Amino acid sequence: MPTAANTGGQWLRWPYALRWRHQRDLDCDVLVLGGGIAGVWAAIAAARCGARVIILEKAATERSGAGGAGVDHWQWAADNPASAVTPAEFTQALIDNQGGWRSGISTFIQCASAYETLLEQEAYGGKVRDDEGEFAGADFRDPASRLLFAYDYTNRTVIRVWGHDYKPLLREQCRRLGVRVFDRVAVTSLLTEGGRAGARVVGATGVHARSGAFVVVRAKATILATNRPQRIWTFSSELRGISTFRPPSCSGTGYAIAWRAGAEFTMMEKSMRSPFGSPYSFPPYGSGNAINTWYPCTIVDARGKEVPWVDAWDRPLESIAQRCRPAPGQKFIIMGGGSSSHPHPGLPEYRGPRLIPDLEARIRNGEFTPPFYADLAGMPAMERRAIWGIMVGNEGKTRIPVMQTYTRSGFDPELDMLQTYDFLRGSGMREPVLPQERTFGDQGVCGGMLVDWDLQSNLPGLYGAGDLLFGGQDHSHAACTGRYAGARAALAARALAAPAVADAQLQAEKARVYAPLAQSAEGPDWKELNAGIARVMQNYCSEMKNAELLALGRNWLEDLQANEAPRVGAANPHQLMRVLEVHDILTCARMIVAACEARKASCTHLHFERLDYPEVDPPAWHKWLVTRRAGDGVAVSDRPIAFWGDFDTHYRPRHEQNLRAMDASG
Amino acid sequence: MTDPEIAYAVPNRVTPGNPVLFDPAICDGCNRCVTVCPEDVFIPNPVKGKPPLVLHPDECWYCGPCVEDCPRPGAIRLNHPLQQRVRYKRKATGEHFRV
Repeated sequence: MPTAANTGGQWLRWPYALRWRHQRDLDCDVLVLGGGIAGVWAAIAAARCGARVIILEKAATERSGAGGAGVDHWQWAADNPASAVTPAEFTQALIDNQGGWRSGISTFIQCASAYETLLEQEAYGGKVRDDEGEFAGADFRDPASRLLFAYDYTNRTVIRVWGHDYKPLLREQCRRLGVRVFDRVAVTSLLTEGGRAGARVVGATGVHARSGAFVVVRAKATILATNRPQRIWTFSSELRGISTFRPPSCSGTGYAIAWRAGAEFTMMEKSMRSPFGSPYSFPPYGSGNAINTWYPCTIVDARGKEVPWVDAWDRPLESIAQRCRPAPGQKFIIMGGGSSSHPHPGLPEYRGPRLIPDLEARIRNGEFTPPFYADLAGMPAMERRAIWGIMVGNEGKTRIPVMQTYTRSGFDPELDMLQTYDFLRGSGMREPVLPQERTFGDQGVCGGMLVDWDLQSNLPGLYGAGDLLFGGQDHSHAACTGRYAGARAALAARALAAPAVADAQLQAEKARVYAPLAQSAEGPDWKELNAGIARVMQNYCSEMKNAELLALGRNWLEDLQANEAPRVGAANPHQLMRVLEVHDILTCARMIVAACEARKASCTHLHFERLDYPEVDPPAWHKWLVTRRAGDGVAVSDRPIAFWGDFDTHYRPRHEQNLRAMDASG
Repeated sequence: MTDPEIAYAVPNRVTPGNPVLFDPAICDGCNRCVTVCPEDVFIPNPVKGKPPLVLHPDECWYCGPCVEDCPRPGAIRLNHPLQQRVRYKRKATGEHFRV
């Protein structure tokens, strides 16, 4: 007898009260869209400045977002007292290491305030120090501050933290500060002055994912803190879930609604092969490896033979300790471990140690025998306990799915070696992926909303924070830019009067949002539309691009927009949220294809190959391409590669003003 | 066990179909997991006090707050799809195990 709700045998009534189209009107100084890491930090900062703040979050703010389940590396804290590198020096190294394709604005904000932000997290109850001395005497522990470091134990810019409960602590701080948090409200549009694209942003609309109610928020300043779009190139409802790095509900809604409102975006042409994009990959950090959370774990082959490590110039390393120090000739290293999916390995002056790059050939000549294993049992005790302890125990999405699940099955880090699957499908130290298994920035920085030193977009009143910003990424980046944008928006809002909302814009949005309710079940469902979009992107916007492929891709997506998208129906508010997400994914796919058509040159760091423009990195194209919607078309402009100017000149006065405003009010 | 006398015409289940498993002896149906789930895969059980229903198993991100934030340890656990299970080897003995 079928009893589960999903067997189709017996339909349960929707368990929540329905309030389709019922409009709730709200008003605030600063509106935060997306209650992930960037969003809650933005809300806290704005509230500390005395602003009346609202968060709209489509999940539950307590745990939502890519960083809601935890964080293990607090990156690029060049402002910490044990760091041997200055924020400006480290920012420039990160930019240079990406060939210039990284935001000097948000990266400097991160490098200059990551430790300061971590101290605030500590004040809210987050554990950041080894006060108990569990790691006393470890190479990576600073006795004075009791901070633990990762990657470069000499220069100390990345802090190992116990971040599994940071998000609930931040949610609690929002409550203390009187931030009004509306959970389960999916944002659907930005409201603009007079309803015109390109005008001041005056608020946003949302739909409740359980009741179906319509939410309208009028705001003096609005901060977009939603994540990057997932599910653009790969989508399999049978295989996804655990295989996506960021939450699958990251639908690029912030990108889509800002695009429709006329905001400028840049670097949207960058995408890359990513093991996290493959539906056949294993849980992130859930198979044996030597990177990131597992750095610097020893890897052995089927017969127990160690795979050697080398430095940036491929000189062999003698000891495990050397994996976490700069090599002779290097001042500091950015990271280590290497990665097979990056065509550009970064600059040798900053490149950390990695496994031998010619391992595949040495497997073929019989020197090493697959399968390989991450030899936790053979690591020094301090390193082992750091990896299978702080790191796997706190990294976003590994505490329960990897640590608890594997431990429950009997895995013992002191005795066991976790299999690595990298060499069963090809080479490299990450699971190899197909050319079409691409992601939009799952690994590394990617494109996003173009902002200035206030983290404000070209649309007055619209700010950005976190992963949605062009050329930045990760947990501490989200925290630092959220905190900074929250203060900037709150300060700007002080001088503004409450804005008016255009009724025609509201009515048009209401009609768009609820249209799926009128569709029959004969059209494709949201999953089929998503898979269709992904197929178009795989075939026409993948590794090899040219004008013909991209034009077909554009036409295909326009066709889906005109014909299939309007026929996708929703039976309840949850499905309605999912349908609207896929509409946003479709918009993001079109933004990406438009940017790919605009860049008429190949570029290594952008993972961008134009068959019809084969010259790689021609100097004339070493510039940011900026795209925005203009009517039915796309307007393209450009910016010089380092358009942000001097870091300190722009950052310091704003940062000091932010601190004064936050401290004055609480 | 006897073969069922009545068979039902049911559609195939979506897979993975059981991303989380409840222990009904421990779970008291408080719906804390329903509240914190970032993907909203659960709905409350229509029968008060019973474990929530997994309405959208195919939307699970396997992130774990439903387990971590559960007030009754052991009431809920993640259940990885078969194609996501990894293997490990005991260094001293060479024995092979699976998750």
